[in-house]
Amino acid sequence: MIPLYYYLGLAAVLFAIGVVGVLVRRNAIVVFMSIELMLNAVNLTFIAFSRYFNNPDGQVIVFFVMTLAAAEVAVGLAIIVALFRNRETIDITKMNLMKW
Amino acid sequence: MTEVLFFILSIIAVLCALMVIISRNPIYSALFLVVTFFCLAVIFLLLEAYFLAAVQVIVYAGAIMVLFLFVIMLLNLQKEDSFLTAAQPRTVLGFGLASVFSVIVIMGVVASVGRLAGLEPDAAQIGSPAGVGRVLFTKYLLPFEIASLLLLVALVGAVILAKRSMDK
Repeated sequence: MIPLYYYLGLAAVLFAIGVVGVLVRRNAIVVFMSIELMLNAVNLTFIAFSRYFNNPDGQVIVFFVMTLAAAEVAVGLAIIVALFRNRETIDITKMNLMKW
Repeated sequence: MTEVLFFILSIIAVLCALMVIISRNPIYSALFLVVTFFCLAVIFLLLEAYFLAAVQVIVYAGAIMVLFLFVIMLLNLQKEDSFLTAAQPRTVLGFGLASVFSVIVIMGVVASVGRLAGLEPDAAQIGSPAGVGRVLFTKYLLPFEIASLLLLVALVGAVILAKRSMDK
């Protein structure tokens, strides 16, 4: 029997890796992928808690998180495509028009 | 048996997640992320969340990552320099903040070991599609309908944003 905190520890490690990816990478698409990694870590946490507390609400929340992630990826990638069309790059350090 | 499987899967998932953020080629990052999603789907199976494991493979690995790969190939992104070689202040600060954050989170998990050790997963039907549907269509009916509205809005928004301008 696998204790609950093994799953929580794995989710914490994956979330931390996602945070590093968002903060450190320059490619906007890889930043997006790190955000998806963070969302998956949260999904794992929800499902682990749902299983160990015998409560189905956690799995329903994960269902909604997956729906929301799909919608977010669609809109976000459309924005990235429009950005690339205008600037020829998706390097986030070059997107500095609003900098003072 | 399940412990061995869980350890193997978690090691593969963590290694592939690290390769997602380390790879210089964005296609390699996307493919490593697909492997991570598959490992997570099997871990969901270990947690007896059968419906969500299937949805994870279908929606995440099957639709979202395909969308990522389409966009990467559409934009024809090339290999870029590794972020490890260019030690800008942004990189060092990112690593520092992320390591502090991860230490705090893992400390939180370790601190809860004593209090959560006594939990035993009961045999339940909550992981099957019927179990999820029973809650989804009674207690969470309104969020379900709002989620469908959200998908419609996202669809319209994505089409509008990615359209070429009409004045050519």
